Amino acid sequence: MLKGSLRGQYGKTLVELGEVNKNIVVLDADLAKSTKTLEFGQKFGYRYFDMGLSEQDMISTAAGIALTGKTVFASSFSVFLTGRVFDQVRQSVCYNNSNVKLVATHSGLGVGEDGATHQALEDIALMRSLPNMRVIVPADSIETKKVIEYVSGEYGPFYVRLIRGDLPVVCSEENNFEPGRSEVLIDGDDLVIFAIGSMVSKAMEAAELLKNISVNAAVVNLSSIKPMDEKTVIKLAEKTKHVITMEDHSIYGGMGSAVAEVLSQRSPTKMKIIGVENSFGRSGKPEELYELYKLTPERIVKEAEIILGK
Amino acid sequence: MNSEKHENLKEIAKNIRIHIVKMIAASGSGHPGGSLSIADIMAFLFFNEMNINPERPDDPDRDRFVLSKGHAAPVLYAVLALKGFFPESDLRTLRNINSHLQGHPHRLDTPGVEASTGSLGQGFSMASGMAIGTRLSGSSSNVFTIIGDGESQEGQIWETAMTAGFRGLSNLCAFLDYNNQQIDGYVSDIKDISPVREKWEAFRWNVIEIDGHNFENIENAISEFKKEEKKPTMIISKTTKGKGVSFMENNLTFHGTAPNDEELRKAIEELENA
Repeated sequence: MLKGSLRGQYGKTLVELGEVNKNIVVLDADLAKSTKTLEFGQKFGYRYFDMGLSEQDMISTAAGIALTGKTVFASSFSVFLTGRVFDQVRQSVCYNNSNVKLVATHSGLGVGEDGATHQALEDIALMRSLPNMRVIVPADSIETKKVIEYVSGEYGPFYVRLIRGDLPVVCSEENNFEPGRSEVLIDGDDLVIFAIGSMVSKAMEAAELLKNISVNAAVVNLSSIKPMDEKTVIKLAEKTKHVITMEDHSIYGGMGSAVAEVLSQRSPTKMKIIGVENSFGRSGKPEELYELYKLTPERIVKEAEIILGK
Repeated sequence: MNSEKHENLKEIAKNIRIHIVKMIAASGSGHPGGSLSIADIMAFLFFNEMNINPERPDDPDRDRFVLSKGHAAPVLYAVLALKGFFPESDLRTLRNINSHLQGHPHRLDTPGVEASTGSLGQGFSMASGMAIGTRLSGSSSNVFTIIGDGESQEGQIWETAMTAGFRGLSNLCAFLDYNNQQIDGYVSDIKDISPVREKWEAFRWNVIEIDGHNFENIENAISEFKKEEKKPTMIISKTTKGKGVSFMENNLTFHGTAPNDEELRKAIEELENA
């Protein structure tokens, strides 16, 4: 499969948007080369602020700038953009309902060699618990472009979770991004796999493997975690009666939990949540870490056999 | 001329203080001490200095005020009501379930509130952000903010001190309400923030020291702020916590305790006869 860089696409899209929308202001906290906001800074220096290593100041300042009528993007690694500044996001951004877009370019085990200190595995849980905040996890570079364009034109707080490495292209070019709408990448009758980010292509591989044991699995890219496409989640759960979720995030409070919240209350369905289980990450290459933490297509097959009683 | 203006401001500050003690007594909770200590600065800003108009609350060129020490909400509500942003009669609903006057200021609830504050340190950064934003828009408006001395123990204050100093936000004017008291005791005992002048100067601020209850001092400091073209201004304001009510002055109890009926009666009597 063709691969593309999500954060590279983020940086490129920011520059494109910056050309036409003079209202966009971008903030970073000494990670501009990594988050790819650097090019925006070089082109539109007067609308770009590297705040240095002051993430708390960056978030509240972003809110203050936004309260003067600007659209403000603030970027860092997810661990420094959510957990480190949770109260600033809660109060300055969400309680004020300020027009701030938080774009994290390095998240989950996908951060790789930097290890546990830099691998946020709880950021989705934190961000989706906040009123006014919407949480989006693009699955590839195509979707990243659509999402960044969308959030730049929609008032209010967003958390967009990207990933350091390149990901296979899985999304179609058609259709604009809409929050609360998911993309069914593969249809199936026996099982539905909801996945996000780097796990989407793995879920698609799993669907191929499952054909060998005569299981037709549907695969859904559930990029809009909040708001969630409840209609599609319920429809596919009711059709297939078996649900698996997989994410590069803790099993507590992430996308799987969000799906369980919907299904347990509206259409209880047998399900398995796959993610990182009550553990920090560690150093290693992302693919090695996905093997170690059992976030693989083979894991999905194994769990499918268990819930399908095979 | 000036003395007539200052007499008038004194009268306004007196009304603000009466409103503060009345509304906190009515709600049964709130922070009288730190509200009374900045009543004179607030009177000056809202009734002599800032370009704000309740008829045009969204004017992009309006001056901004952010109460970073959000627990002094009663003083902000009092000036906004006196300024005509909402009826004075609303003040007695402070902290009630149906009120638009939250325990700490919320911009989406209360007309005239520019930023929701209360988690200390954040309002200061938001004010700095507003100074950046209005400057980007080419507006000549100024941003005023008040931080507490206890609040100065927050790390975020110093992150922003560095940002605003480094970026030369000369349209940002901050007051430090230096009354030397916080909930647990004297600031100088809990975690002393001195030397204050040297700290802010080291962070590249234009530093002015005043008596925060003296209108002439306040006026001169603000005119120095307006002359400064390269640095943000920090006006270190020596204040008395609970100022204007003898039994609340420098009394730690009244950081966050409402007066009872008898105390309220005495407080109003003192304020009216001052």
